[in-house]
Amino acid sequence: MNATRHAIGLGLRRGWTEFVLSLRSPQDQGFYLFMGGGTLLYLWFNRNGEITADGQSVPVVAYSLPSILAALLAFGVVIGPAYALAMEREDGTLLRHKAVPHGMQGYVTGQVLYHSLGLLPMLLVILVPSFLLFDDVMARGTSGWLTVAWVLALGLLATLPIGMVIGSLVPGVQKVGTWGMLPIIVLTAISGIFFPIQALWGWVQAVAQVFPIYWIGVGMRSAFLPDTALAFELAGSWRTGTTVLVLSAWAVAGLLVTPRVLRRMARRQSGSQVAEAREQALQWVH
Amino acid sequence: MIRTRGLRMSYGSQEVLSGVDLAVHPGEVVCLLGPNGAGKTTTIEILEGFRLPSAGEVRVLGEDPATAGDAWRARVGVVLQSWRDHARWTPRQLLTQLGGYFEPWSTPGRPRPYAVDELIATVGLTEHADKKIVRLSGGQRRRLDVAVGIIGRPELLFLDEPTAGFDPQARRDFHELVHRLSDLEGTSILLTTHDLAEAEKLADRILILTNGRIVASGSAEELTRQVAGTAEVRWACGPDRFVHPTDDVVGFVRRLFEEHGDRLTDLEVRRASLEDTYLAMVQRAESGRPAGPVLEEVTR
Repeated sequence: MNATRHAIGLGLRRGWTEFVLSLRSPQDQGFYLFMGGGTLLYLWFNRNGEITADGQSVPVVAYSLPSILAALLAFGVVIGPAYALAMEREDGTLLRHKAVPHGMQGYVTGQVLYHSLGLLPMLLVILVPSFLLFDDVMARGTSGWLTVAWVLALGLLATLPIGMVIGSLVPGVQKVGTWGMLPIIVLTAISGIFFPIQALWGWVQAVAQVFPIYWIGVGMRSAFLPDTALAFELAGSWRTGTTVLVLSAWAVAGLLVTPRVLRRMARRQSGSQVAEAREQALQWVH
Repeated sequence: MIRTRGLRMSYGSQEVLSGVDLAVHPGEVVCLLGPNGAGKTTTIEILEGFRLPSAGEVRVLGEDPATAGDAWRARVGVVLQSWRDHARWTPRQLLTQLGGYFEPWSTPGRPRPYAVDELIATVGLTEHADKKIVRLSGGQRRRLDVAVGIIGRPELLFLDEPTAGFDPQARRDFHELVHRLSDLEGTSILLTTHDLAEAEKLADRILILTNGRIVASGSAEELTRQVAGTAEVRWACGPDRFVHPTDDVVGFVRRLFEEHGDRLTDLEVRRASLEDTYLAMVQRAESGRPAGPVLEEVTR
């Protein structure tokens, strides 16, 4: 029996179990409903709005829906694992896996699967009502959905490692806000999610284009919007080649860096660290 | 099973372990005693491979835990102090999941992991096997920790303060479990505790760790014998009462009778407890005086 493959199998089972438990948990159901409801409310209030430039116009709903999906994807798979890792380092979940053979491989596999699956309910609670409430959301039919699929997959590969790295490096759960949440919110704000990126200064546009959120957004819009909406993209193009290139670069960098960071983090795990975190958490309560 | 030589550990300028030599032999249950901050947890974490020592030689199951691989990990069990991990899982789910990692290391002579139901029954969690872990009481959770620690049928088991927070019944059940593991499975066990009665009950051998060194090693009885005055004799002679510590109880009492005869009105012999011994040894070590005859060779 190959122990590594066996551990990955266990990790997949772990990810699935976590996913099922999450679907049953009122807390997580509430989170999905909150995110879905919030997005729909935003779209509903802007249902008659139009974004115009150079005589072209596109409905706010049509522009925002794919962009928001992109932002939620990035947010979900960066903050999700970052928070989970920081948390599970402190509560001993990770240590339990360190204490069994090939446990870390299983643990990481479980995390990857769990956070990837976690996107599905999010997509569902946003897409299904959107299609019922609004017209002309998907302009490209089947080929559009195919694009959605590859952008999702590549976007996941590009951003999930970032979450893992943040979760491994932050000193504690309380710091995930500063080191994870804050940068993501800032990046979302400058990545053309709620309004076309041309509205911002040139150097801000340049910064946004270094990071994956902007490119996932472009990819998603290229799947949902007709070519008449190209007026709102930089260079008047979907730049599909560049999208693939940038996201792949992030994915490769992630695959190279993340295992090292995870190994370093795992090496530092010990029982007294968990005990210390517990004491600190208890102090927070009092 | 375990052998260390000159094990040192310092955090910054503070030295926690200053040359620990200890050994655990196959099938032995060894208890590491010591005051808070003596370095018990640090020692055990080094042996588990969770912490790198600053210096010294460590061999656990023939390997250096710091570099040992997964095959080594499969032979070692660690009972962790859990807290709030896997809150939504049930004990059955968690044991099935974590036990799975040991399957590739199963041999006909040592099937791994334990059957989950059997193990759950062994630690007395049958009624709670399908409850969410967050709903378990502190004692039940500790029993789950023990189950997770032994799920892989380890040859060597580490327990760091396993019974902290146990009620007397849970403590007794746990002691039975330790005896069963060591008798039936031949598991070697190294545990730390504050509870001297527990150490006396469980351990084949007790090690006393204080100020970063092992200052004594032996069975509870041997340790007691090492400290001068293993017993205290109290007697009353007319209106006067006396106390005298002695190694030779029988001889001393005989002389008492020869000397005082019928004038003795009260006589009490109190054997030194492990607690007396322990406190005496720790005190001696902390006062900085060499522990004299107590410091016997404890290596190999």
